[in-house]
Amino acid sequence: MRICGRTSISALAGMALLFCLATPGFAQGIADASGSASVADYGYGLPPDVSAHGHGIDQLISILHWFMAALFVGWGIFFVYCLIRFRQRAGHAAVAHPVKAKPAKALEIGVIAFEAVLLLGFSIPIWGSVKNDLPTEADDPLRVRVIAEQFNWNFHYAGPDGAFGRTNPEFISEATNPIGIDPGDSAGADDIVTGELNLPIERPVICEISSKDVIHSFSIPVMRIKQDAIPGMRIPVWFEARKTGTFQVACAQLCGNNHYKMLAPMVLHLPEAFADWVREASAPAEEFDEDDFED
Amino acid sequence: MSAEHDSELSFFRRYVFSLDHKVIGVQYTVTALCFLFFGFCLMMLMRWQLAYPGEPLPIIGSLFGEAAMPGGVMLPEFYNSLGAMHGTIMVFLGVVPILVGGFGNYVMPLQIGAADMAFPKLNMMSYWVYAAGGVVMLTGFFVPGGAANSGWTSYPPLSDIATTGQTVWLFGMVLLITSSLLGSVNFIVTIAHLRAKGLTMFRLPFFVWAQLVTAFLLLLAFPPLEAAGVMQLMDRLAGTSFFLPTGLVVSGEVQQVSGGGSPILWQHLFWFLAHPEVYVLILPAMGIVAEVIANNTRKPLWGYRAMVYSTIFLGFMSFIVWAHHMFMTGMGTTISAFFATTTMIISIPSVVILTALLISLYQASIRFTVPMLFALAFLPMFAIGGLTGLPLGLPASDIHLHDTYYVIGHFHYVVAPGTIFAIFAGVYYWFPKVTGRMMNSALGKAHFWGSFIFMNVVFMPMFWIGLAGVSRRLYDQTAYTHGEAVQDLTITSSWGAWMLGVAQIPFIINFFVSARAGKKVAENPWDSTTLEWSAPSPPPHGNFATEPVVYRGPYEYSVPDRSQDFFPQFTPSEG
Repeated sequence: MRICGRTSISALAGMALLFCLATPGFAQGIADASGSASVADYGYGLPPDVSAHGHGIDQLISILHWFMAALFVGWGIFFVYCLIRFRQRAGHAAVAHPVKAKPAKALEIGVIAFEAVLLLGFSIPIWGSVKNDLPTEADDPLRVRVIAEQFNWNFHYAGPDGAFGRTNPEFISEATNPIGIDPGDSAGADDIVTGELNLPIERPVICEISSKDVIHSFSIPVMRIKQDAIPGMRIPVWFEARKTGTFQVACAQLCGNNHYKMLAPMVLHLPEAFADWVREASAPAEEFDEDDFED
Repeated sequence: MSAEHDSELSFFRRYVFSLDHKVIGVQYTVTALCFLFFGFCLMMLMRWQLAYPGEPLPIIGSLFGEAAMPGGVMLPEFYNSLGAMHGTIMVFLGVVPILVGGFGNYVMPLQIGAADMAFPKLNMMSYWVYAAGGVVMLTGFFVPGGAANSGWTSYPPLSDIATTGQTVWLFGMVLLITSSLLGSVNFIVTIAHLRAKGLTMFRLPFFVWAQLVTAFLLLLAFPPLEAAGVMQLMDRLAGTSFFLPTGLVVSGEVQQVSGGGSPILWQHLFWFLAHPEVYVLILPAMGIVAEVIANNTRKPLWGYRAMVYSTIFLGFMSFIVWAHHMFMTGMGTTISAFFATTTMIISIPSVVILTALLISLYQASIRFTVPMLFALAFLPMFAIGGLTGLPLGLPASDIHLHDTYYVIGHFHYVVAPGTIFAIFAGVYYWFPKVTGRMMNSALGKAHFWGSFIFMNVVFMPMFWIGLAGVSRRLYDQTAYTHGEAVQDLTITSSWGAWMLGVAQIPFIINFFVSARAGKKVAENPWDSTTLEWSAPSPPPHGNFATEPVVYRGPYEYSVPDRSQDFFPQFTPSEG
């Protein structure tokens, strides 16, 4: 149909006017290869991206906003044109049946085709790789169990032996054993349980997300990853960090009064530094305490 | 029922426990407008904490008591109560009741030429059950621990272990759902059986079609939530574990529950309602906008049939998109691809309806009346709301945007400058039918421009806040580095909200003053074509002096070779 053909052609300009404000954010990275990210590294657009897969998500978000802008401006031009050209005034009358044509076919087919491309070309492959195609043992992934609770994140590492200790809610003690590691299981002796997410860069990480109490959501904006933490379920997600520095893990699902401050630091290390951290953190601190006590 | 008989009814039977769909419609409208304003006030309070976290609220801060705002500083539990109640009140006590119970009840029977609804007593019961639900909801604020504070979505286990306010919320919801079910049955039967002679389905005004599809959505989508609500009540009161898994540990204590339940079950049942609910919020709004646009463009709606088919298709599709609210619950590629695909498909009929309304402006003769200003503003605002649904409907981009302010911005563009503008258009448009008097146009224009500007100041910044990664429902976003970086946008949004409140003053004055002293008008002040304008203003009990007959389609404007530019459905053709 004629008018709509025109609309879809003019639909190539941009609501850009609005969204180019966000462009610095789209392009943002961390200038500094290491060190903490400060407020200055964040802006009105997307936060910095420190992940291997985040680029695809950012690209999709960017394409989508240009598409939305084009449609909006196209509609907008037609809209404003009509408001001015066809306003009621002396000597002007409406035409009862001005267009007999079928719906704006070109526009609709265009929208359908573009949505199909977004879905099949971008969204489904990205989702599949982030949520489904977990790294295999050959990729030597680091496994971290993430156990959420009101209002803390517990990160459980297997330690140097590579085996997680058994856990059971009966052994939970808020002060000394927040995730209930079975003291009778030798695999748990060198396990690390900490409130600070320490990860190596350039190595796949599988986080197995669960919760002790209510639903939380494990969200790391700079890692472009988010996964609900649901009690009774353990759900894996994976990612790979590309830059060192200190960032924040956020909770994205309302979980109670202190939801707003349920955040944990995330420290991204070079591989050697991470190995050092594991060695230090898994030193059996409790045993030393017991020795001291016996002395 | 004759007019003589009508006048014999007592005051209570005429104005309080009335069976007349028009009185019930006005009761619904006024009650719902009060709730909309109340829900908006809750949000204006929250906006203070969001803009200036931890600072005492000036002037009125001391009124809320030590349990909610000690020293005028809002506590997180009160913030969460306000958030949950804002959502609940706006959706279930404000927008749906005014669109369906208010406009639907008042206008639909008139537009189909019926004397009343099919079941007047059911209609009255529907209103009173709704009113009871509203009262129950409000009592939540006075129980220990305050009103429900687990969000309007009430996800267990958080809601299962929440304070007493959640129980009150569930009782309130059961009443509100019951009210909607009673109403929806009544609407379907009325539209099916009480249409005037000659009023075929494709001569129905688009508003009636929108109400019909909406009634089916309410009828089919609400029962699962009612069941879920009762199940959650059982979890809270009777020790069941429908939504509680085994081995829950709250604050270091192992919970003594039988377990074996699933928190995700609630989400499925909730969103199976709440996605169709989105269309309950938008379809009648589109119906109002279509009526106002046809009337003020002085030409037929473009693509009326395509709009009707799109509406029916939207209704069907709205039942198979619900899990796009749950992409982050551990969904695999196959299921997420299915729901993403249905979500993309449902955008097509929305685009058709919006495009049809836009093209209706082409070769028109546009009258910029106050209702038309609101109806016109609906179009770009709804477009922004709809378009920003795309990055949320695609699971990959949703990874970053899920549960952020981007979501808040998206659905508020649909329901606030979208649906609420349609509601204002409807109030200004049908006010002369209800009262026999016009609302003041200058005050109306002041109301429009204030609302239009500040709605955008409130909601536009949220897209950037969301892109920055700030989670929704945060009592203080400056706890996060990326939140602190966009705090100035949050402050802007808050000031927008308060100014939006100021912008409603002309409307409130206009509403009450015009009802008493507005310019008196005849039965068809807008030169409109649909049946409601053939009845006197206000219509008496029984609506029409003689049984109306319909001769043509709903929007015969600017028919060639006629002296008038409108040819009403109820006017016989000459010769």
